[in-house]
Amino acid sequence: MLLIRCPWCGDRDEVEFRYGGQADVAYPTDPHELDDAEWGNFLFVRANPMGALTERWVHTAGCRRWFSVVRDTATNEMTPDIPRRRESR
Amino acid sequence: MTVLHRVETDLAEADTATAAPRHSPLEHRGAEFERATALGPRGVRLREEPFLTQLNLRVPPDDAVSEAVAEALDLTPPAANKVSGDEGRALLWLGPDEWLLVAEEERARGALRAVRSAQQDASGSSVDVSANRTTLRLAGPAAREVLEKVCSLDLHPRAFSVGDCAQTLLGRTVAVLWQVGPDPEYRVLVRCSFAEYLADLLLDAMAEFLEG
Repeated sequence: MLLIRCPWCGDRDEVEFRYGGQADVAYPTDPHELDDAEWGNFLFVRANPMGALTERWVHTAGCRRWFSVVRDTATNEMTPDIPRRRESR
Repeated sequence: MTVLHRVETDLAEADTATAAPRHSPLEHRGAEFERATALGPRGVRLREEPFLTQLNLRVPPDDAVSEAVAEALDLTPPAANKVSGDEGRALLWLGPDEWLLVAEEERARGALRAVRSAQQDASGSSVDVSANRTTLRLAGPAAREVLEKVCSLDLHPRAFSVGDCAQTLLGRTVAVLWQVGPDPEYRVLVRCSFAEYLADLLLDAMAEFLEG
């Protein structure tokens, strides 16, 4: 089981968390401008690297707060996400 | 408008004299808790502390409003994962902008009104959630060992001691764990509908300490 560090509660078991997928997926500025392929891309297509991926997690059984971490998908090693400005698309 | 007025009513101040008798989720298990009490140097006892008043407070963190809210309750703002105040009336830290006031009924009178006047127009909320959870009290030299069977947190005094609180999983249910005494003595706040489950779980964990 992973030991995940909640920025508020500290180290907790993985079962206390839920996964929220890739972080920083920005909502399109004007969804009406997108064609179906682009909209499908926004909804469903996510990065799938072997290596560092910034992810959202929520501490459901604890403080119930969302936070981002960078997880190495090969080793599961997690490091806190450094907050930065979202890139606009 | 009537509905709005009902929401504004301070439940802690509601006239209980005319209300129907209240029932706590574990009131029928008192005798069972008594029988499960283990004495001696590896003793542990469990009982229910029903009807503690609980107010869920959402306050902006590190803000004049949060200071004002704590002051209105005559308490200090709790630090992260800590409790401020005493057993009879305490603020538990539940999150960066969320506190839980846990108080004995007679010491909670007027609390909701005081919080609301301190909050004024600031963002945040205050809700009486007394009926959400009941409280189990686990005490005795073996209390930590009992909890460790159902909880993955490090409860050793170096990591968790008097005045600490945590929201975590006990078995399969979410609970608020609060160490109130060095014995050690814990309060466990659990959703009413999960109280029976947690009581069963703790009684099972306590069984080995019962002699004979």
